[in-house]
Amino acid sequence: MAGSVRVTMTVNGAQQSAEVEPRLLLVHFLRETLGLTGTHVGCDTSNCGACTVHLNGEAIKSCTLLAAQADGAEIKTIEGMGQEGALHPLQEAFWEHHGLQCGYCTPGMIMASADLLERNPKPNEEEVREALAGNLCRCTGYHNIVKAVIAASETTA
Amino acid sequence: MSATAAEPWIGRPLKRKEDPRLIMGRARYIDDINAVGQLWAAFVRSPEAHARIASIDTSEAKAFPGVHAVFTGNDLDLEAPLPMAWVPPGVEVKNPPHWSLAKDEVHHVGDPVALVIGSDRYAVVDAAQLVSVEYDPLPVVVDLEKAYEGGDLVHADLGTNQCHEWSLGGGDLDAGFAAADVVVERRIVNHRTAGAAIEPRGVLADYRAGSLTLTSSTQVPHFLRLFLALQLGISEDRIRAIAPEVGGGFGSKLQIYGEEIALAWASRKLERPIKWVESRTEGMLATHHGRDQIAYTKIGATRDGKITAYHTKILQDLGAYLMLLTPTIPSLGAFVMSGVYDIPAVQTDIVGVFTNKMPTDAIRGAGRPEATHQIELMIDQLADELGMDRLELRRKNFMRPESFPHETAIGVVYDSGDYPKALDTLLELADLDAIKAAAPAGKLRGIGYSTYTEICGLAPSRVTGPSGFGLQTGLWESAMVRVHITGAVTVYTGTSPHGQGLETTMAQIVAQRLGCDPQNVEVIHGDTGTGPQGLGTYGSRSTAVGGESVARATAKIVDKARQIVAHQLEAAVDDVELSGDKFSVKGSPDKGMTIGEISMAAYIPENLPEGMEPGLEELAFYDPENFVFPFGAHGCVVEVDPDTGNVDVVKYAAVDDCGPAINPKIIDGQVHGGIVHAIGQALFERIHYDDEGQLVTSNFADYALPSAADVPSFDLDRTETPSPVNSLGVKGIGEAGTIAASPAITNAVLDALRPLGVTFINMPLGPQRVWEAIQEAKA
Ligand code: FES
Ligand code: FES
Repeated sequence: MAGSVRVTMTVNGAQQSAEVEPRLLLVHFLRETLGLTGTHVGCDTSNCGACTVHLNGEAIKSCTLLAAQADGAEIKTIEGMGQEGALHPLQEAFWEHHGLQCGYCTPGMIMASADLLERNPKPNEEEVREALAGNLCRCTGYHNIVKAVIAASETTA
Repeated sequence: MSATAAEPWIGRPLKRKEDPRLIMGRARYIDDINAVGQLWAAFVRSPEAHARIASIDTSEAKAFPGVHAVFTGNDLDLEAPLPMAWVPPGVEVKNPPHWSLAKDEVHHVGDPVALVIGSDRYAVVDAAQLVSVEYDPLPVVVDLEKAYEGGDLVHADLGTNQCHEWSLGGGDLDAGFAAADVVVERRIVNHRTAGAAIEPRGVLADYRAGSLTLTSSTQVPHFLRLFLALQLGISEDRIRAIAPEVGGGFGSKLQIYGEEIALAWASRKLERPIKWVESRTEGMLATHHGRDQIAYTKIGATRDGKITAYHTKILQDLGAYLMLLTPTIPSLGAFVMSGVYDIPAVQTDIVGVFTNKMPTDAIRGAGRPEATHQIELMIDQLADELGMDRLELRRKNFMRPESFPHETAIGVVYDSGDYPKALDTLLELADLDAIKAAAPAGKLRGIGYSTYTEICGLAPSRVTGPSGFGLQTGLWESAMVRVHITGAVTVYTGTSPHGQGLETTMAQIVAQRLGCDPQNVEVIHGDTGTGPQGLGTYGSRSTAVGGESVARATAKIVDKARQIVAHQLEAAVDDVELSGDKFSVKGSPDKGMTIGEISMAAYIPENLPEGMEPGLEELAFYDPENFVFPFGAHGCVVEVDPDTGNVDVVKYAAVDDCGPAINPKIIDGQVHGGIVHAIGQALFERIHYDDEGQLVTSNFADYALPSAADVPSFDLDRTETPSPVNSLGVKGIGEAGTIAASPAITNAVLDALRPLGVTFINMPLGPQRVWEAIQEAKA
């Protein structure tokens, strides 16, 4: 509790810096300090993946990291993935293939899927399912999420 | 439906209107919303399953930096305990008082005892740990059957653990069983599960200058407003309840929660906005659970497979208190106890039983998954006993397509159905036999079927209301349709969708009837301050009841539009019809007006029919005359590893019928999610309390939701049998998959294990239970 630390990181291309409690989670730093509420919290045991963001290009669960541990890092959140009229291919594919219902898991799903496609640009169904095993969705039954990820992999070179 | 519209918006798999904000991370869920001057709340919860509160010392917590107040049960001067909405005529329902904060005794682990309010989200959690509560432990009642029999009591002053008895039957049961050559009896356990929406619950209460705004992750903002008024003694007109973006509910947010009431009370007391969001552990402890019943079922049939009687006695584990609909859940199943079968005598006897656990209430399907699980398991068990093919037995007892509307033995009238067709379509969809035959060496494969119906579209108020079933509410829906001067449309619905895609579905209904683009139809919901009245989203009602009220309000717009067109074009009203995007005069399609031109004429009222009010806006209330009864046939192949007991779903195919599809993409999505919800229950998920009433599965590490890696993709098809109940012909689909799938999986596991001598098994079919069943059969 006592004291505070200064953390500085690049978030969606912009440099951000703040004095925070040492125990502040990265997910709360993003959501509450920076107001980037697209990253969600769904559990307290690192199981749901709703909080998935990219840290130095890799998908991580931002609820399992302190903001201080991300000092100096490059972070990308769902807000940095695409804009109105210029959506990321995964955003387009989730929309087209109805890969979301309530949308709560969706930012995390998209960030985890982007990480998969980065490592494995043409995954098969089983690989998609394995890669997303750390991201829970209660609404979609995963069928259309898998379909969307594969469709996105086919539209990107 | 307007058959003349050139663009049939109804039936098209449009991309959802709600998605852009969701895929870009721009939606606003409860935890994304903050008020100026907001404080944070944390609840202190009982670690004991049953205890008297000897003392509570809040002094240390109050002294903690940043803490503004700490309240306990006796501080909260509320008008009434938390609500329970069921008063069935002629039935005594024992309802122990249930407060937002426990007053003298706690009755389950997680029962809240104190509320800490302070300026920082993390600090209130720290301070909550400093509240010191002394408990005098009381005997703990966990096992349902033991609780039913007596012994230790959950509520000593009730003198019993039995809350209520309720029965529904019809036909001559004794004669039915006397006529049977074969009688099969089973004890079927439907274990406790969690709704487990990925978004935790949260509340932001903001009382200022005599008015309360309460934002909550709820499925029922209008009920919430009503009960806030009753509990706090605030006039309803000074309360605004808002359901913002809600991240899934599955029934778990169809509730009036103590946290909502306590935060509203505290906000009024402190005159500050206060927010609370549950942790997942809190959610598992204190968001209502579902299922949890034991059914003793008995089915009789003649040697040639005609079912003559079906009796079920159900013990329902209610948990420690009655919440909004707790005791009604098994009764919802009783209305469709005989499933899709024509059985001359059917009887369900229900006993509600208190235990020291979190209350149960509606979770996706609510009573109907349990009823379907029972009848569909019993059909397979009976087929086994008769040595008859289980599909043949089903066909032999299906209600005949020509018998609809079909009145069952208990007097429920099924609106429409064609069960043989659904089953035929399923068998064409997937060759399950071939997949079963392709079992790898050392593995066992089995096929399971479930032919189901459900009762939904809640509800005809006459049947469900105070003098009928006994719910102290109507279950109508209302909608307002406003055509703006530009021809853009805003629809206000009283339903409160949270993932179902109603913004798109309703826009398609309106666009179809007004000849406009659904992109220009905005659907507003979930806010008692802006919308018309309504009753929320649950019970697969939002399209069949909410959508129909939208259709009816739109029909009133169409009536007025036609009068305006007839007046301006000097034609007879009866000759004006929608053709393409124009309301035009029959026979001269080029002579007509678009909805935009009509609304312009309505809002600049220079030339309206004599006496007509300006504007183009209509309201409709709709109370359905009957329920609707979606149905279908599901089939799957599972693979069991006999050495480990592990079960894999290899193939799952489903045919569902919810009447004419408005948006097939959305319907398929509902079915996918529903199936996985039920696969979760059948194979993985279980809320487990130990003998001391401690919740063992209190987080997502211990409560196993299925992940993408645990389930397959699905083969889906639909049949479309319109309902005569509403003008759209539609039935519900939100719960169908969940209602159908658990017996299909269980029957498939049994089919796989039958060669090993296993004849019956109860869910959840995790490796240990399956392996044990195999060992027992061997012994
Ligand atoms: S919130 Fe990070 S994994 Fe659940
Ligand atoms: S869309 Fe609701 S949790 Fe995935």
